[in-house]
Amino acid sequence: MAQAVKKGDTLPQGLEVTRRPLGRQRLDGVDLPTDEMVLNMGPAHPATHGTVHIKLTLDGEKIRQADVNVGYLHRGFEKEAEAHTWAEIFPYTDRLNYVSPMLNNIGYALAVEKLLGISAPKRAQWLCMIVGELARLADHLTCMAAQVMEVGAFTPYFYVIKCREWIWDLLEAISGARLTHSYVRVGGVAADMPENFDKQTIDIIDRITKVIDEFDALMTRNRIFMDRMMHIAVISGEDAINYGWTGPCLRGSGVDYDIRKVHPYLAYDEVDFEVPIGINGDNMDRYLVRLEEMRQSIHIIHQCFAKMPEGPVAVDNPRVMLPPKREAYNSIEGMINHFKLVVDGIEVPAGESYSYTEAGNGELGFYLVSDGSGRPVKCRVRPPCFMQMTAMGDILRDHLLADIIPTFDTLNMIGGECDR
Amino acid sequence: MAKVVSIKRTLWDALYLPSIIKGLGITLRHFFVNTFTSREIETLRYGEWDLPDYKDNPAKPEGWRGKKKTRDLPDRHRGLHRLMKRPDGSARCTACMMCATVCPANCIHIEAGEREDATSRDIEKYPATFVIDELVCVVCGLCVEACPCDALRMDSQQMMKPVAHRDDAVQQKDQLMSRGATSIAVDGGAGADWRNEYARLGDARQIYRPDRSFSDDPIGYRIRNTDSK
Repeated sequence: MAQAVKKGDTLPQGLEVTRRPLGRQRLDGVDLPTDEMVLNMGPAHPATHGTVHIKLTLDGEKIRQADVNVGYLHRGFEKEAEAHTWAEIFPYTDRLNYVSPMLNNIGYALAVEKLLGISAPKRAQWLCMIVGELARLADHLTCMAAQVMEVGAFTPYFYVIKCREWIWDLLEAISGARLTHSYVRVGGVAADMPENFDKQTIDIIDRITKVIDEFDALMTRNRIFMDRMMHIAVISGEDAINYGWTGPCLRGSGVDYDIRKVHPYLAYDEVDFEVPIGINGDNMDRYLVRLEEMRQSIHIIHQCFAKMPEGPVAVDNPRVMLPPKREAYNSIEGMINHFKLVVDGIEVPAGESYSYTEAGNGELGFYLVSDGSGRPVKCRVRPPCFMQMTAMGDILRDHLLADIIPTFDTLNMIGGECDR
Repeated sequence: MAKVVSIKRTLWDALYLPSIIKGLGITLRHFFVNTFTSREIETLRYGEWDLPDYKDNPAKPEGWRGKKKTRDLPDRHRGLHRLMKRPDGSARCTACMMCATVCPANCIHIEAGEREDATSRDIEKYPATFVIDELVCVVCGLCVEACPCDALRMDSQQMMKPVAHRDDAVQQKDQLMSRGATSIAVDGGAGADWRNEYARLGDARQIYRPDRSFSDDPIGYRIRNTDSK
């Protein structure tokens, strides 16, 4: 009944026989044209980790159109920030990208420091790099664990999530909380690293290296995995730039752009690391870029512990940092300083600034406007995964229904960050 | 600078079996390691296993193997709040409202009172009520940093326990003080500088070690009898 059609044949309803660039040919010309069907996927779909609504127009199993609607996790971070002092916003930034909260802390602190015209002491910057790269590891580990789980490999998920637990134990030791760290402050960090933190971290990242190698051996060359990931959701470098993509997803399309390399912040210009890029811009390349980035992060952490200088971890500026507790307890000047900072907040000079850092998904930007008071007039977040979600409908066109979920994961939409 | 990581599917990959055998080798190694070392694998229990009821009568599920322990919490762990005490046993808090001001979640409610019997050397102001709603709290620790007299801390090393009713998570002053310890952060002594408290205090940190007894703290472990409602 179903007759095999050849390339060049004209089919009803505008269905044309296409040939994918490489590899995948299973749909080409073998499916019968059907009536289009509209399918609402989400907002609370069990396979998408994130509340997102995708309105699909399906032709059989083929996606004709995918409209992505985000915003289901909107909590009004930007408006809420206007009602709080600069220092009180840190707990809110923890809840932006809740897979790597430390990177949000760093991004926000750097933005306020830019507006203030100060910079944290050297040791605090190196500490930020260590905890930031640990958070990036956790982010990529989670993303990749979910990726392989979504194409059906459940075992590696547990190997990898175990590593994330180790990282969270480390971050809990340094900050006091597993997930909502609130560790970085304007002009430094809350506390120096605890005793033995360096030994524990190096021990754990060495263990993680082994797990990543194991994960690599288990998944990367597996043909089922390759067939599911290669040449799926392809986007060219130019398109990715036009959509505003950044981070691992842009690098997967072959664009060599890493903010840590191109516009170094903290002390990233003093460490040696490579920026992994892909060629095809498909799901496989985005996966491989994240895999290599984790190895580079581990390399960076090793260098940080070797090069980190001694010294204070908070800037010695009474207008920015709370005074040492000894002064607050025992001197009237310290007490007044303490009260003024808590009640009025840090008085950031009037002006506006845009500061951008390389977060887990790409460029996390904070655009801050101050009128000279203790609270921001405007705190706008540039969420990296929002830009990636805008392109998702286009890159999924003419793919199979089953390709949505792996693609959704390689784009790594994090609801808290995307919807603010 | 840039390192290309893309791979191509080769004939070896297309054969399918080599990578499957390699993958099975890895999972089988995990299987055997876990099978023969399962007695050494620590089973981490949730925090409530530390409670007296569980300690005395540890419920052992059928076929329970391996070591069992609750997770060791780091020194900086932000747990339930506690109110520190003066040497005479009263609360160190002077109801200055710093913690309530800085709290991003507005979960602290304080009403100040005045001591009638205070002499000129005593501190007259004290918190008549000091309430923290632990369900609203976002556990950011800013209140501890904002406290100018080492009265409020979160180093109780106790996690929030599950509660049957929301009211049970609202901590009153006596509950907060039941976890408290005597603080000596006054008179230019060993100030509890949060940033390097542990490093400087050395042995004196024992003073700040949390009291891990749960007996006088009903928070979270009070299951209401539904009949008596």
